[in-house]
Amino acid sequence: MRPTFSIIAFTVLSGIGYGAWFLFGLGAAIGPACSAGGLSGPSGATLTSCHAPFDSFAALLVASACVAVGLLCSLGHLGKPQRAWRAVSQWRTSWLSREGAIALLTFVPAAVLVVRYGLALQSPTDGVAVTELHRWNDASWDETGNRLLGGLVALGSLATVFCTANIYASLKPIRAWHERHVVPAYLLLGLYGGTLLLHATTTLSGATWHRDRLVLLVGTIALAAGCGWIKLRYWRSIDAQSSIAAGQATGLETLGVVRAFEAPHTEENYLLHEMGFMLARKHARALRRIALVAAFAVPALLAAVALALPAVQVAIAWLALASGLAGLFVERWLFFAEAKHAVTAYYRR
Amino acid sequence: MTALPPPSAKKLGLVIDLDTCVGCHACAVACKEWNDGGQFGPLPDEDPYGTQPHGVWFNRVHSYAVEQATQGGTRELTVHFPRSCLHCETPACVTVCPTGASYKRAEDGIVLVDADRCIGCQLCAWACPYGAREFSMERGTMQKCTLCVDRIYNETLDQADRQPACVMACPTRARHFGDLGDAQSPVSKLVAERGGYALMPEYDYQPVNRYLPPRPRRDGCADAGAKPAPEEALDAAQLPGVLRWLDRVLSR
Repeated sequence: MRPTFSIIAFTVLSGIGYGAWFLFGLGAAIGPACSAGGLSGPSGATLTSCHAPFDSFAALLVASACVAVGLLCSLGHLGKPQRAWRAVSQWRTSWLSREGAIALLTFVPAAVLVVRYGLALQSPTDGVAVTELHRWNDASWDETGNRLLGGLVALGSLATVFCTANIYASLKPIRAWHERHVVPAYLLLGLYGGTLLLHATTTLSGATWHRDRLVLLVGTIALAAGCGWIKLRYWRSIDAQSSIAAGQATGLETLGVVRAFEAPHTEENYLLHEMGFMLARKHARALRRIALVAAFAVPALLAAVALALPAVQVAIAWLALASGLAGLFVERWLFFAEAKHAVTAYYRR
Repeated sequence: MTALPPPSAKKLGLVIDLDTCVGCHACAVACKEWNDGGQFGPLPDEDPYGTQPHGVWFNRVHSYAVEQATQGGTRELTVHFPRSCLHCETPACVTVCPTGASYKRAEDGIVLVDADRCIGCQLCAWACPYGAREFSMERGTMQKCTLCVDRIYNETLDQADRQPACVMACPTRARHFGDLGDAQSPVSKLVAERGGYALMPEYDYQPVNRYLPPRPRRDGCADAGAKPAPEEALDAAQLPGVLRWLDRVLSR
């Protein structure tokens, strides 16, 4: 299948965006952990400091931008993008429609969270600079509401990526996609990318929550290993797949050995252009190695270094994200380029 | 709606005879011409006389060489293979469509594209293993064989002309149109008689169109790869004197 930039950008960007949203929402749903602050309020009373895991307004905003940009990129693949609003109507039968509907629905709790956080950050806190959401003995802090919104964002993110993966996994004519590793890999890669994104963007707010950083660093290493393992198993599985022969496609195999003698047209048509994309085996191998190294090995190594040397954490977070993104783009490019469509059996490809 | 309608009794479709098809492409050209001007058109060709012409055609005719085992060795059959939409009973191209533009008619089972709703996401083309759907870059929507739904019910045409353009154009009567849901219809009887088959049934899309396989060839005909004709043995003793001398001279 021909890899197109619009679809690759869509799945990678929205994937990491949803991964970060998932973590953020999960943290908000788990709810804040509070401790007696060490800060005094105006009347001398001690203020409690509470924050939820993975809490960072900067991360929430950047993740939202990734999701939005990703979804907009997907419009670039359409012949008639102005009619894209129609695409949510067939959610009963179409995974693409379900994905669109759930993606749009997930924007609602996410937007409410963004507004609430934005407003809370602006409310007066006695001159103390606030970069995270801390509840300073504030009775108006709607803990239950935020937990619920966070939970909805997490669930919606998970459901959206699940639908995206199933768009590909449900296509029987493309054996490399109709394969059991595809859906788990999409989910895991989204979570992994989200971890990298979250870790990097939290450094923007200068937050000092060491406990979350530890979780994110260890999580990066664990998820990198998990993703690398699942991609290797997937590649081994698709390498073992046989392609459909012309005899099987035409039903003439009972007569003898069938080979394509003359093509139906001298020029390339839509089918050959979209689905006749061929990637040389040696190029595929080289690109697979590049993907594994850039997407998983480098960020994992960097995370290990950051565990040992906390001083370089900020730089490492951004380097890991950059490498991870590059590697994920290559991985997604390969996902398309290595997939063969059944219709190529009719042609000599 | 892209939910599939309940199965209809009437299953209109085509039967394509791979035995009599000679690969003349008349069906492909007739289809292109009718649909370029018809209700589902136009079918624009970009750069038609230039270096990279491209355009949507609903019907593509492939040619295959089949190496068949014979008594003496092998023979090569040339089989011409027109490929177009099979109007499946449970097509994935209909259920994957996110807008409802791809639909199957409840009354006769014809699968169509509503060009006013199609957003050109091309997922239906990905879902079809037979390559029935092509994306038109010029129009921004998907296009496919309509089973000439604008001909077969068209009251302004004579009854005899209410058939798909490809069926009428075929000079060797390799294409037949009819109701494959009716066991007594001429096409169904033809399928039963010739052992017509569906393409790639393992996908479970239940194609309605049927292909009739090439009939068995007789052994001993002028086949490429068959044993060469035996050398003629010339009995020189039977020849008159002059010719016997000539044979001796020429055989030196």
